[in-house]
Amino acid sequence: MEKPFAITLDVGSSLANHTGSWRTERPVYVDRLPPCNHACPAGENIQGWLYYAESGDYLRAWKSLVENNPLPAIMGRVCYHPCETGCNRAQLDQPVNIHAVERFLGDEAIRRGWQFTPGTPTGKRVLVVGSGPSGLSAAYQLARFGHQVIIYEAGPAAGGMMRFGIPKYRLPREVLDAEIARITDMGVSIHLNTHVDDLARVMQEEKFDAVFLAVGAHVAKRAYIPAGDAAKILDALAVLRSVEAGEPPLLGRRVLVYGGGNTALDVARTAKRLGATETLIVYRRNREKMPAHDSEVQEALEEGIQFKWLSTIKKATDTTFTVEKMRLDEKGFPQPTGEFETIEGDSLVLALGQDVDLSFLERVDGLEIVDGVVKVSARMMTGHAGVFAGGDMVPAERTVTVAVGHGKKAARNIDAYLRSDVYNGPTKHELAAFDKLNTWYYSDAPLTVQPLLDAARRESTFDEVVKGLDENNALFEARRCLSCGNCFECDNCYGVCPDNAVLKLGAGKRFEFNYDYCKGCGMCAAECPCGAIEMVPETI
Amino acid sequence: MPFEQIKFYQTGTFTVGNRLLDISDRAVQSDTKRSNALNSGHRACRGCGEALGARYAVDAAMRAANKNLIAVNATGCLEVFSTPYPETSWQVAWMHSLFGNASAVAAGVAAAMKAKGRKEVRVIAQGGDGGTADIGMGCLSGMFERNDDVLYICYDNEAYMNTGVQRSGTTPAAARTATTPSVGPEPGNTFGQGKSLPLIAMAHHIPYVATASVANLHDLEYKVEKATVIHGARYIHVHVPCPLGWGSEPHDTIKVARAAVESGLFPLFEAEFGDVTAHTPIRRPQPVEDYLKLQKRFAHLFRPVRDEIRLAAIQSIADRNIQRFGLLEEVTR
Amino acid sequence: MFKQIEGSRAVAETVALCRPQVICAYPITPQTHIVEALGEMVKSGELAGCEFVNVESEFGALSVAIGASAAGARSYTATASQGLLFMAEAVYNASGLGLPIVMTIGNRAIGAPINIWNDHSDSMSMRDAGWIQLFAETNQEAADLHIQAFRLAEELSCPVMVCMDGFILTHAYDRIDLATQEQVDGWLPPYEPQQVLDPADPVSIGAMVGPDAFAEVRYLAHHKQLRALERIPVLSREFFKTFGRNSGGLLRTYHTDGAETVVVALGSVNGTIQEAVDELRADGVSIGSISICSYRPFPLADVQAALADAKRVVVLEKSLAVGLGGMLATDVQMAIQSRQRRVYTVIAGLGGRAITKVSLMDLFRQARRDALESVTFLDLNWDAITRQLARETAVRRSGPIAENILKDLGELSSRIA
Repeated sequence: MEKPFAITLDVGSSLANHTGSWRTERPVYVDRLPPCNHACPAGENIQGWLYYAESGDYLRAWKSLVENNPLPAIMGRVCYHPCETGCNRAQLDQPVNIHAVERFLGDEAIRRGWQFTPGTPTGKRVLVVGSGPSGLSAAYQLARFGHQVIIYEAGPAAGGMMRFGIPKYRLPREVLDAEIARITDMGVSIHLNTHVDDLARVMQEEKFDAVFLAVGAHVAKRAYIPAGDAAKILDALAVLRSVEAGEPPLLGRRVLVYGGGNTALDVARTAKRLGATETLIVYRRNREKMPAHDSEVQEALEEGIQFKWLSTIKKATDTTFTVEKMRLDEKGFPQPTGEFETIEGDSLVLALGQDVDLSFLERVDGLEIVDGVVKVSARMMTGHAGVFAGGDMVPAERTVTVAVGHGKKAARNIDAYLRSDVYNGPTKHELAAFDKLNTWYYSDAPLTVQPLLDAARRESTFDEVVKGLDENNALFEARRCLSCGNCFECDNCYGVCPDNAVLKLGAGKRFEFNYDYCKGCGMCAAECPCGAIEMVPETI
Repeated sequence: MPFEQIKFYQTGTFTVGNRLLDISDRAVQSDTKRSNALNSGHRACRGCGEALGARYAVDAAMRAANKNLIAVNATGCLEVFSTPYPETSWQVAWMHSLFGNASAVAAGVAAAMKAKGRKEVRVIAQGGDGGTADIGMGCLSGMFERNDDVLYICYDNEAYMNTGVQRSGTTPAAARTATTPSVGPEPGNTFGQGKSLPLIAMAHHIPYVATASVANLHDLEYKVEKATVIHGARYIHVHVPCPLGWGSEPHDTIKVARAAVESGLFPLFEAEFGDVTAHTPIRRPQPVEDYLKLQKRFAHLFRPVRDEIRLAAIQSIADRNIQRFGLLEEVTR
Repeated sequence: MFKQIEGSRAVAETVALCRPQVICAYPITPQTHIVEALGEMVKSGELAGCEFVNVESEFGALSVAIGASAAGARSYTATASQGLLFMAEAVYNASGLGLPIVMTIGNRAIGAPINIWNDHSDSMSMRDAGWIQLFAETNQEAADLHIQAFRLAEELSCPVMVCMDGFILTHAYDRIDLATQEQVDGWLPPYEPQQVLDPADPVSIGAMVGPDAFAEVRYLAHHKQLRALERIPVLSREFFKTFGRNSGGLLRTYHTDGAETVVVALGSVNGTIQEAVDELRADGVSIGSISICSYRPFPLADVQAALADAKRVVVLEKSLAVGLGGMLATDVQMAIQSRQRRVYTVIAGLGGRAITKVSLMDLFRQARRDALESVTFLDLNWDAITRQLARETAVRRSGPIAENILKDLGELSSRIA
């Protein structure tokens, strides 16, 4: 077309005008640390594996998950999910049901027989003492590095507290066995009934290149309760072990459980299933101060477990127990009131906490023991070079997830140690706080509640109480994730720029700003749902 | 737009795109092959709602028309910032008419297409609120009455922005403009009866009338695409914030537009042949104050003292819209 | 083919032969018969491939034509007087953009006071807008000029106004030799636009041009009119070859060779002038006349040449530059500015007042005696004027002028001597 001068213009001529020169600030894409990742003691990249789960790519999601935690089916059942406590979605409607999705992925992996891949052999040999969550986690990570791992397990079966502390109705044994088997299938060998009495001798004789200690805390604490000869007093761990071994103790019809931790609840609910018509948990403080997880308290209440708060047990006979009422002082500590009460009961189970059996470490020099646990450095190493430790036997919160996290961290440090190197983790990004999100863009989608076993069956059997989600629900839950702080390619920035200054690079490749034309208006940052864009001042 | 069942889309149809959504369900704007009818390099202000609205609308029209589109543009911000010699940011066949005759010139283009048997070519006319409601009213009404085959899209930023923020027929009550300054006993624009272009369009019983906002992209695209393939006179009224004229932050443009919709001050609805046929429900109701507070042109309603009477009057405008268009009613299939 | 036909109808049928694709119509006396006839032809199917749009104002009319032309369609409209003013913005827009629209002006006076009869004030108001302005002397020429107009407009990408005197030509029945469709098809090719709105080849038409390029754009428009000066005579000759009639061209002279006094005028009054010239020449008076057809572009060189021997020039125009004198006269003076001679401006026929042969002969005799003022108003009622001026000096609120004068005259709007 022969166009008249100046009046008629060719398409595309405005691209000569680089309006980017107008800017006083520019947008940049950032990655921020989502609160779920931040909170996970096992260091899982939760947002990362949810991302894959959202599109139904469960294998990839599972693979991403097990980078950091080899026990998702277990974790999804027993972890207290601090990720959900930190989840930003809680400030919108309810947190994402992360543990349910994790469980779904774990169960899916078991169902489909997905396996781990060991690393190329390095020739190094590492001893792991204890096959609980910490030991298994470390063994798994070490095997991935290619090291040969030998686990010495004192008990008749592997699993530690997962088997001997957590009842079946919370963690079915098929699940536990399957996830342990997947680790041994990598070439990790577990020597059962192998109690290490003297670590120093084992180290000297068997010449391991490094050691990871994860013996846990299996010694029940005791309290002084004057009791008659016929009074039946047992400790919780022993009860649970007997049940596991298939030889449940006779607890009678009315069972008292003394203590306020998760073990107290576990043993109380177990007692109910063993036939106790009344199970009463006696605790010296109140529900608010109780260390047990509230979800477990709730489940216990639903099962008819009764609670006697602010009480201590002073005396026991074969049919009665004397209880003193307590009150909390201004500091929250229980104080005796001098008022007593007598309760009828057939047995008393003590669940007053656990100690670590440190006897096997007596001849190992350099170790620092404080408050009954072994101190370790930031690299999970004890005072003795080459000896690392984790789980309930080191100073930390005592949960399966924390233990798994220790195992992973220790394994990484052990691997570096074996190469005469030092392990430095990646630097963490800024936290993706809720105020950085634009939550308008998320669909209204309330939490999917996991179905529960009905009451009658809960009381009489050890069937799993909390059911998993089916695929539809798991997908729905995964998709409730806000993807805090990390681009999930919603195209908002690409769509909302009035100057068409955002380039879309393709599926999986995110976006790029065209700074030739970006005027720095900031609309992209304001409309990014997950807060993955930040405005920074231009340098003039 | 029709109600969408909440499927588990994570962000549903609120974001521009969504990697989990079927491509055909995503907005035109999420497509890398979108026309970019209004490309980079234009001279609109930072955060200009009209630049965004124009690209949204014309890209959608281009898709619906299979790129067989001719655009006629009235004098105003959109025309001036997009075609200063020697640069044009339009990538579609485009013509600048005069101030008040975009609808008539577009009618001429449509007549030419009809005479030439080019049935597939769709014609759109674009104008601001000044060029449509005031100086353009005569030609617009003529185009409606003749049912010319033109889709007229009005970008309403509620004043003559290009000439320096003077009041127009759509300037809302109490708003400060250069010709309704916030001084004297009745600061800002007077409380008149208002001039609703969509209702005027409906009074002509034309095949399709709709309102839309840059805050709801999917709704806007749906309406533009629907309108583009209808034959006869069609009118779409798009609400576009102007950070400069409204005194809002450039990055708040979508937020302000959304507040207008969610408070009820800018109702989203469709009408056919003079009757309202559908509305887009308010998702999260807001008081009008949340909208007014974002803009300096309403600052005199809050400082030095709160003007309760006028605030209440504005709220009642919103309430009336909510009632009239049923904006809080759920839409069921 | 000869037909006894109203001028407007002749124009309509000729325009129809030019295969217009979009016609827009807004009613205003005295052009309505043209568009009504065209509308009927479209509706009946006689004129096919054409869209007839009934617009809501003249501004709408030219706007529709602009849109249609920019989209590549041959477009046509017609107007007069107030209507032309109402579309003024669009008139400048069409020429500025270079759109080859053809528009008939049924020349009519502009109010206030409102007046529906013929003078040239409407075309004159737009004379510098950049359109080509061709004046028809007769109904035959009016019809023929439209064929030339489309070709000229499309060749140069410049809009053309064909001006014909309202009522005198538009409503007069005359014997017209109408062209045939084959003749027109052979002479006027289909419209090939210089620029066009085409989705397949998008451009932006109508950019904002600033100080850096505006002057150049305007010069190019000026240059277009200069090119028109060359093309108009050529097209007129080519028209003669196909249609066998003389019409168009820049100007026509009548007995100007050796004439001492030459009268210059636009449009239909030339007929009366020529009759007066005939009678005076029979009396031995040395007098001739020039009928200018192409008023814009104004044929400076041709006018200068035609007036080369004249001792005095009488410019008779139906237009008034208020407070100054004539408009056509000013252009004529510019043509002959290098030669010093007397130019007498005569303002006549304003608002449709008849220009009679008797008055003209009297006027020309006065001119020959150089007894004319530099600016003369032909056949003005000086009594009425004197009385009104007296009224105004006596009383501040003397009332509307037109009404007063009409009362004086006893409600007669034209006087035939």
